[in-house]
Amino acid sequence: MGKYLDIFVGWFGYRLEDWAFITFGTIANILVVALPVLLAVAMIVWVDRKVWAAIQIRKGPNIVGPFGLLQSFADGLKVFLKETIIPAGANKFLFLLAPALSLIFGLVGWAVIPFGEGLVISDLNVGILYLFAVSSLAVYGIIIAGWASNSRYAFLGAMRSAAQMVSYEVSIGFVLVTVLMCVGSLNLTDVVMAQKGVGFGIFNGYFFTGLLPMFFIFFISALAETNRTPFDLPEAEEEIVAGFQIEYSSMSMALFYLGEYANIILMCGMMSILFFGGWLPIFDWGPLYAIPGILWLFIKMFFFFFCFAWIKASVPRYRYDQLMRLGWKVFLPVSLVWVILTSGYLVFFGRFAS
Amino acid sequence: MIVAICFYIFAAVLVGSAVMVVFSKNPVHSVLFLILAFFNAAGLFVLLGAEFVAMILVIVYVGAVAVMFLFVVMMLDINFTELRKGVQEYLPIGLLIGFILLAEMAAIASGWSMSDDIATTITSATPPASEVTNTDAIGRVLYTDYIFLFQVAGLILLVAMIGAIVLTHRNRPGVKKQDIGKQVRRRRHEAYEAVKVKPGEGI
Repeated sequence: MGKYLDIFVGWFGYRLEDWAFITFGTIANILVVALPVLLAVAMIVWVDRKVWAAIQIRKGPNIVGPFGLLQSFADGLKVFLKETIIPAGANKFLFLLAPALSLIFGLVGWAVIPFGEGLVISDLNVGILYLFAVSSLAVYGIIIAGWASNSRYAFLGAMRSAAQMVSYEVSIGFVLVTVLMCVGSLNLTDVVMAQKGVGFGIFNGYFFTGLLPMFFIFFISALAETNRTPFDLPEAEEEIVAGFQIEYSSMSMALFYLGEYANIILMCGMMSILFFGGWLPIFDWGPLYAIPGILWLFIKMFFFFFCFAWIKASVPRYRYDQLMRLGWKVFLPVSLVWVILTSGYLVFFGRFAS
Repeated sequence: MIVAICFYIFAAVLVGSAVMVVFSKNPVHSVLFLILAFFNAAGLFVLLGAEFVAMILVIVYVGAVAVMFLFVVMMLDINFTELRKGVQEYLPIGLLIGFILLAEMAAIASGWSMSDDIATTITSATPPASEVTNTDAIGRVLYTDYIFLFQVAGLILLVAMIGAIVLTHRNRPGVKKQDIGKQVRRRRHEAYEAVKVKPGEGI
C-alpha cells in the first residue's frame, strides 16, 4: 500500500495534507485494483466464450481484433449505444439501482484480497468474514431487480435466487470455519502464510491436507452462489425466459454481467487463497519462489475459472428440488461433520493455533 | 477529522433511514431502508473498532434475516387502504404504549449506576485493546467464561426451531416426491415385464 502512496506523492512533488493524503491515496489504491479487475472481467468473458466454443468444437469469437480478443470491448461499445428501456410499471429508482448494486458488491470484495505479501488495499483482521459478508450481499442486486421490474418472470427468478443463495451460504460458512480453525486467524494474509508446506511438507495449500472434501463443497457452493451452471436457475432461459434480467436492456443489462463475472473471479481468488496457498507456489521448493507471487495467484485463479467454464459447457442444469436437496441434505451435514472432525483432530493433536 | 465526518454521515443516514422504515408507504421500501440502517450501524461499529460485531451484523442481519424479510414482504399482497383504516382507531392506545415505554427507558437511563468495584466483579480482567483482536476477546468471553449460558441459549433456540417445524409440518398424502435411494435401488426386472401377447386377445 505504501508503495502506491509514494508514487502518488512523487507525482505531485509535495506532501499533501494528512487527510487529503489518506483520501487520495486510498482512492488511488482502489483504482489500482478495481480497474485491472474490470479489464480482467472483459478478458475473462472472452476466455469463457472461447472455452465453451472449444468444448463444442466451434471457433468462438474470432473477428474483432487478434483472436477476437477485443470482442468484449466491441460488445461493451454496442451496449452503450442502445437505449435503456424502463418498463412503465417498474419502480424506476430501484430498477436502475439493482444493476449498480450487483456490480458494486462484485467489486468491494477485492478490497481484502492479498495479491502478495503486503499487496492488499486493506489488511483487515476479519478478512474472511468480510468476504463472506460481501458474497452474501450479492443476492440483493438480483432480488431488487426482480421486484422492481414488476414482471412475473423476473419475480420468479428473484425468489429462486434468494432461496438458492441463502441455502448455499450456510455450507460456505462451515467451510470457512474449518479453514479458520486450522489457521487460527481471520486475516487473509495469515491464511496464506499458514499454508506454507502444510501438505506433507511438500505442497503449499490446504487442498493437499484433510480439508480436501471441503474444497469441493466450497467449489460447488461457489457455483451456486454466483448463479453459474448447473445452478443458474434464477436466469434459466427455458423455464423463466431470462429470470431477473428479463426487463433489462443496454448498459443496465451489461452491469449485471460485469457484476456476475467480477463475483466469479472473486470466488476463484477465494478458492486460491483458502485452499491453494494464494501467492505461494504449489510446491514448497526454493527455486519456484523466484516466480513472482502475484503470477502464482493469477495462474491458480485462471485454472479455477477454466473449471467454471468447463462445467458451464458440459453439465446440464439442476432441477430446483434437487438443488435444495444437495444444499441442505448433503452439503450441510457433510460440512458440519467435517467441522467437528477437524476441531477434534486439532484438539487431540494439540495443533490449535492460539 | 475523517473519523468525525464518517461518524456524522453514518449516524445521520442511520437515523434518517430508521425514520423512513416507519414512515415509508410501501413495505418493501421499509425493508430496504432497514437494510440501509443495518449497513450504517455496521459502519458505526467499525468506527468504534468493533470490526467483528460489524461484520457479523452484516452477515446475519443483512445477508440472511433481511433477505427473509424481503422474501416474505414481496410475497404478501397487501391492501394499503385496508391497512390504513384502523390507524385512527388504534392511535390513542399506540401513543399510550409508546409513552409508557419512553417513561420506563427514561427511568432506567436516569437511575443507571455502576458499582465502584466493577473491575473486580467481572469474571476476567479485560486486556487492553491493542493486545488482543476483538474476535479473540469475544471468543474468550463467550466460549470460556460464559460457555454454559451460551450452550443453554443454543439449546433454547434449537427447541424453538424443532417446535416450529413439528407444529407446521403436515404430511400431505398424494404428493409426488423424489426418493433418490429408491431410484438407485431400482433394478431392471422391477421396472418392466416382457409379456407375450397373443394375437387378437390383448393383455
